[in-house]
Amino acid sequence: MRTLIYLCIGILFGITIFKSEAASWFRIYEMFKFESFHMYGIIGSALFIGIIIVQSIKRFKIKSFYGEKINFSPKAKSFSRYMFGGIIFGLGWALAGACPGPMFTLVGAGYISIFIVIIASLLGTFLYGLLKGKLPH
Amino acid sequence: MNWIYEPWPWYIAGPMIALIMFLLIMVDKSFGMSSNLRTMCTICGAGNKADFFKFDWKLQKWNLVVVLGAVIGGFIGSYFLSTNTTVAINPETILELKSLGFESAGTAYLPTELFDTKALLSIKNVLLLSIGGVLVGFGARYAGGCTSGHAISGLSNLQMPSLIAVIGFFIGGLTMIHFIFPLLF
Repeated sequence: MRTLIYLCIGILFGITIFKSEAASWFRIYEMFKFESFHMYGIIGSALFIGIIIVQSIKRFKIKSFYGEKINFSPKAKSFSRYMFGGIIFGLGWALAGACPGPMFTLVGAGYISIFIVIIASLLGTFLYGLLKGKLPH
Repeated sequence: MNWIYEPWPWYIAGPMIALIMFLLIMVDKSFGMSSNLRTMCTICGAGNKADFFKFDWKLQKWNLVVVLGAVIGGFIGSYFLSTNTTVAINPETILELKSLGFESAGTAYLPTELFDTKALLSIKNVLLLSIGGVLVGFGARYAGGCTSGHAISGLSNLQMPSLIAVIGFFIGGLTMIHFIFPLLF
């Protein structure tokens, strides 16, 4: 039953990402060129509503659908890992035109080449795991 | 209901993404896609090479199911909910892309010059897609999250680390498009 719920949420996500063109390489390029409001509108409105949702859950101590207390784990404090990691991610996001959610959506939409991006991103994740101890965090 | 077959505007898509995050929070989970890449590495046996991958991946099975859903959603969105998947980007952007050699700008969902199966015959294209993927995978784990985990989930929780990461995403993205693209294309 719970698995079915996760699947439905994922399907909703995939449809939204495809239909909003957030999975389009062109939209990512256009965003970084500041030539359209579209992507900023998507991220901005998701964030605006997201802040209201999360802050309301915290303030009113809203319980989950299963009656559990909802915990938000704060991110560990650091500067370098977020800045350097972020820059590396941004370089790849702009080049491949896909981030980790949309790249899977594109598989469903029938783009075979995206498998190269996915396999490479697994390799990138693996490289991070190998080098983790040597990087500034 | 014809609007559903058209590209969805930002004011539909943004609230939908917030709803997806809300639903995941309400079933005691969280919204973050890139951690699935780590889980997949673990399933492939990466735990033998690095401690980072030594964890009980079954705890993350739910998120893999979300990914499976994202694949199915892409299929439904593309084959059942679209009459035309051309992305109508800014005409100025189309002209710029054409000058870079992307003739498919304004006529496709992804640039055929880079993503068409025929384009894979070019070593340069395969390298570009691979480098892009490696940077995304490496950067997402180094930064501890991607667009969903930091830009949506983290910022919704007013996390300073997520703000730093998102600023990093943009420094990287702007550098790639404005300074590296002219050298690549």
